[in-house]
Amino acid sequence: MKTAAAIVVGCSSGGFDALRVLLGGLDPGLSQPLLVCCHSGSETIELLCELLGRVSPLPVIAAAERHAVRGGHVQLAPTGYHLLVEPDRRFALSTDPRVNHSRPSIDVLFASAAVAWRETLIGVVLTGASADGAEGLRLVRRAGGCAIVQSPVSARVPAMPQAALDRAGADYCVPLADIPPLLNRLCLPRP
Amino acid sequence: MQPLPDELACEAIELELFVQAMHRRHGYDFSQYAPASLRRRVRQLAERLGCDSISALTGRTLHEPRLLPQLLEGLSVPVSDMFRDPAVFRALREQVLPLLASYPQINIWQAGCAHGEEVYSLAILLEEEGLYERSRIFATDLSANALRQAEEGIYPVREAQQWSRNYQAAGGTRSLVDYYSARYDLLKLDDRLRRNITFAQHNLASDRVFCEAHLVLCRNVLIYFSNPLQDHCLALFRDSLVRGGFLCLGMCESIDFAGNAGDFAAFDAGARIYRLAANTVAMAVP
Repeated sequence: MKTAAAIVVGCSSGGFDALRVLLGGLDPGLSQPLLVCCHSGSETIELLCELLGRVSPLPVIAAAERHAVRGGHVQLAPTGYHLLVEPDRRFALSTDPRVNHSRPSIDVLFASAAVAWRETLIGVVLTGASADGAEGLRLVRRAGGCAIVQSPVSARVPAMPQAALDRAGADYCVPLADIPPLLNRLCLPRP
Repeated sequence: MQPLPDELACEAIELELFVQAMHRRHGYDFSQYAPASLRRRVRQLAERLGCDSISALTGRTLHEPRLLPQLLEGLSVPVSDMFRDPAVFRALREQVLPLLASYPQINIWQAGCAHGEEVYSLAILLEEEGLYERSRIFATDLSANALRQAEEGIYPVREAQQWSRNYQAAGGTRSLVDYYSARYDLLKLDDRLRRNITFAQHNLASDRVFCEAHLVLCRNVLIYFSNPLQDHCLALFRDSLVRGGFLCLGMCESIDFAGNAGDFAAFDAGARIYRLAANTVAMAVP
């Protein structure tokens, strides 16, 4: 693929712990935006940002409506809204019906990001109990982007990465611990 | 998998042509809708109507005028709940209604009421605060189909539990059950709640101010609009509001980029309740 311009990550059950591992292993020099759709249970978005901010070398913030996507930041979808990226790389929210029983839905984020970044997008699907993210990841690949799926055997709940593999396939299917170094390698300028 | 770089470019053209068809054939202009959600909704509409491309949908849009209500519904109607974001309804109850109580007649405009869940929530608030007899709620939407459903006040009964929790969290003084009857898997809201509600079709993109309002609610509607159309709507609300009138937007909406954001001053920033800026200090005596 071309040099990556952005990363989108989707996770559900077991996602919080997986995100701690993923974000914790990122290189502080990453300049790409990393957008996260996590079906969190009861945690508020503020709490989630704070807890993840403790382990992430990049600042973790809530994605803000109409604001530009920020490079070098982790940005989370707010609870109760679908998060989308406009073609001019600003955030948009929607209260359209749930998709795969979820709002925010990973499919919705990935589909819009695939239009915004096309072949320079990396999509990552982690642990989870639904099939959300599978169709989104298919669209990421169809637009020429790169798909990374946590290997189902390494996932706390394998259903979601398995569904993504079945529907979209993957460029990389690796254990969780290998995903941060892989992202660093794909995103940092080559020496 | 073979990447298809041209497909997205083609779809962007198809989308533009569809928007043109809606405008020129039916007079509805969606060109100022935010593109990501619009694209998603048009894709869904095409799928729902059995069209294998947006171009096919455009063809039907041109040649089958009877589809218009369905098209408008698919392009415009989000979902809501009764007392969605209870903290907002609590703020309306505890902070805004006491100030509106000084008016002999209270006009409220709910812009983009969709299926009406929040209109009835508002009616209940007014009822419980003893203000409903002298209130009039204008509930408008682009979609006639949505308005018809809103007017019926019938919803799936599975929502009742969540809505009851919302109602309590919003400071409800009774029990939500007092306001509906349930039958089979549906709940029907009390007809009496509708007595001071006027439902009407109104297009925020093209129609004008039609009432003098003390409070405008427009929650999670402008999130679907581009910045210029958001500006246009804020001006519409400004022109509709009385001196010292209130505007309530959705919890995650930002007017940071609106050219006319200065017309409104934050009244309760967390609940996204604003007040016409010229009159933020003293409430005009009615």
